[in-house]
Amino acid sequence: MDNRQKEINNLKDYKYGFSTDIENIQAPKGLNEDVIKFISNIKKEPAWMLEFRLKAFERFKVLKEPDWQKPKFPKIDYQDLYYYSAPKSMKDKPKSLDELDPKLLETYKKLGIPLQEQARLNGIAVDAVFDSVSVATTFKDELTKQGIIFCPISEAIQNHPELVKKYLGSVIPISDHFFATLNSAVFTDGSFVYIPEGVRCPMELSTYFRINASNTGQFERTLIIADKGSYVSYLEGCTAPMRDENQLHAANVELVALDDAEIKYSTVQNWYPGDQDGKGGIYNFVTKRGLCKGKNSKISWTQVETGSAITWKYPSCILKGDNSVGEFYSIAITNNHQKADTGTKMIHLGKNTKSKIISKGISAGSSDMTYRGLVDISSKAKNSNNYTQCDSLLMGNKCGAHTVPYIKNKNSESNIAHEATTSKISEEQLHYCQQRGLNPEEAVSLIVNGFCKEVLQQLPMEFAVEAQKLVGISLEGSVG
Amino acid sequence: MKEQLKKDFYNSIKNLSLSQKDIEIKKFCLDNFIDKGFPNKKEEDWKFSDLNQIIKNNIGELSFYNDQASTNKVDTSVFVDGLEHNKIVFINGRIEKIDFEYEKKDQIEIIDQSETINEFENSNSLSDLNNAFTNKCFKILVKKGYQLAKPLIIYHTTNSKIWSKNINLRLNFELDKDSSLRLIDLFNDVSEKNFLNIFYNFELKENAVLKNYKVDKFENKNIKYSFNNIDQDKNSISETFILSSGSNFSKNEINCNLNGVYASAFVNGVFLLNNDKHHEIRSIINHLTENTKSYQLIKSVLEQTSKAVYQGKIFVNSDAQKTDGYQLSKAILLNKESEFNAKPELEIYADDVKCSHGSASGSLNEDSIFYLMSRGLSYQQSRELLINGFLLDVVEKITDSEIKNLIKNMLGIKE
Repeated sequence: MDNRQKEINNLKDYKYGFSTDIENIQAPKGLNEDVIKFISNIKKEPAWMLEFRLKAFERFKVLKEPDWQKPKFPKIDYQDLYYYSAPKSMKDKPKSLDELDPKLLETYKKLGIPLQEQARLNGIAVDAVFDSVSVATTFKDELTKQGIIFCPISEAIQNHPELVKKYLGSVIPISDHFFATLNSAVFTDGSFVYIPEGVRCPMELSTYFRINASNTGQFERTLIIADKGSYVSYLEGCTAPMRDENQLHAANVELVALDDAEIKYSTVQNWYPGDQDGKGGIYNFVTKRGLCKGKNSKISWTQVETGSAITWKYPSCILKGDNSVGEFYSIAITNNHQKADTGTKMIHLGKNTKSKIISKGISAGSSDMTYRGLVDISSKAKNSNNYTQCDSLLMGNKCGAHTVPYIKNKNSESNIAHEATTSKISEEQLHYCQQRGLNPEEAVSLIVNGFCKEVLQQLPMEFAVEAQKLVGISLEGSVG
Repeated sequence: MKEQLKKDFYNSIKNLSLSQKDIEIKKFCLDNFIDKGFPNKKEEDWKFSDLNQIIKNNIGELSFYNDQASTNKVDTSVFVDGLEHNKIVFINGRIEKIDFEYEKKDQIEIIDQSETINEFENSNSLSDLNNAFTNKCFKILVKKGYQLAKPLIIYHTTNSKIWSKNINLRLNFELDKDSSLRLIDLFNDVSEKNFLNIFYNFELKENAVLKNYKVDKFENKNIKYSFNNIDQDKNSISETFILSSGSNFSKNEINCNLNGVYASAFVNGVFLLNNDKHHEIRSIINHLTENTKSYQLIKSVLEQTSKAVYQGKIFVNSDAQKTDGYQLSKAILLNKESEFNAKPELEIYADDVKCSHGSASGSLNEDSIFYLMSRGLSYQQSRELLINGFLLDVVEKITDSEIKNLIKNMLGIKE
């Protein structure tokens, strides 16, 4: 018990809340064509990329910020943000990890991602994104041998323009919604993954996002392409320093799975959630969309959302290929004044497509949580199936838990089943655990972990352990 | 439409003896409606049923003036046989008959409220339209402790005299302490292509019991919107059953406020649709205090290119601990072009609650059909048996046995 208590105390406060003092290069404040040209220029992008950005910006100018979401937030002044921030030492990209700024390395060490050791010990390839640029990618050699491309997207634009040109914007077009379009115009970096035909990626690929500079929006773009018959498992982690102001994070993630390919995308999102009074924290407005383009393809999203002041995202699957499968497993935890409006969209277009949604929401303190999802079976999606289960757990009577599923069935040969429950931890369960010597907080942690188990099981080992701890910590102080 | 609305509005109020203030209010409502127009799919509540478009496609230009001066002959052949009942008869939106022949006269009061306009907790433009154009409005008050001996049937009939008209109705009910009322709304239309806009307001005092059965069974080409607001005090019970089948388009909305402890609300519905009918039920149950209960069950059988929509919401206030809320919608799609949309919503701010919802849609279970056919039934018979069984589940929820049998007969379900 002492050990656990110590661990909890260590972690009680947001332990990633430090900021690193590194000299930055920033684009001028504000959003206009010049800033976009600045970003494109500093990244030495080809003309077609700049054109892509400017087109998106044209579109962005006519779009309005959506306002249908449940958590309301004060208006964001898009002209008062920096759209590009990079550590100065990255201007000329270091060729290997040894050339990296020691301060950067130290930052990642503090985050628990020692880039150098990671390369040797863990067997997970990591791409680290610091503010706007990708700082290091590990394990490159081994991946290259198999023909796998895993690099910052800015590099991919230079080195693999044919792939980027073909797939960038194919799942999230530049004419999409407000935040996605903003991202298309100003995205700075992110990861690019290409798995060639028939290759099963030998290790987990992972990206670690970190917002450091203040007043900066982070707009990364991730593009993953799994060619025919390939498999990849991709992990994403995020943290940010504690700051009093709210910071915007509007990333785009596009997944493309061709025939027989499978992509597994896991996220442990632990952005700074703001302090106990709801001051500060990240606005996490992310667009994630996967396209099962080929036959028998599969995309599965797993997410553990514990951070951010406001989480507003719906990782979706477009099941276009026949027999394709989409899955969504989610745990969302809100405490104090956090707000979340999250869920998924499963759009069935091909025949015999299947989707499964398991969503677990836990709200405590004065937080507010909404599951919002769409299951749409089109008239051509014969013999399709969907199963949805969303459970909410409430702790205390100041929080809220809401479920807003949209269910559309246009095909008589398809079945949709949806279940949702809302409840609290029962006195009996607590009593039982306490009787056996657990203190109330441990008991809650145990019960909550049991509640979430279905989702935690989907995570890769290394992440599952971390996520399990996170679940316990996020709910600290919510019992009583 | 704007010019037409204004012209019809002045024609309507000309015949009414309204005070200047009432005219002002009505005018305000009219302006609101002109401003907003019919609801369209951009509004969240009308996402699945774009009324503006439906009216445009089915009716075209509507006119809003109804001549209330001449009486219509009451056709007694539409009356329900074999069930003694009290009657209110609406013909083309005009009240032709109010008859409580089976009740003690001093226990029921009928109050003319034409001159008071009561606001509904409904922000949509149809309530403005209703306010602007209703010209006779009654309140039916059931006095303390009185339980009606026989059910009340409200006949909503239209005849071929009207065409492309908008009809607005309003009725208020108050059930005083310990009273009870069984109410059947029976729709019977000969007319075509009219838009009926009906608002009911129920006020249930302590221990009152309301059973409301809305039956729209007979084929017709009208468009209907009906809104029920139910306010419930301590220990009161409301039961609403909706048979949604006959009209071309119909949307039933139930807004139920459980204000008193131990109040409970039941909403059950059956969609039985064919051709290109498009029906919707939207329910909002507001649990506003502790120990309240709600139960909803909606089942749909959809043929041809028909479309059914169910939007149900359970709202639980932070004071409403120990709430029990349940909601289930099931649909059978019999044709590959039929469509079922659902939005079962939970909005919960209290922790000691038990709330759940479920929704399922799909085709008839082939295994069940095989089972029945292997026991000698034809395909058609097995199909019917399964569908009847599916629907019977809801019909059996009706707590009044006389009315249950009436509805079973209408649906052709035998036990």
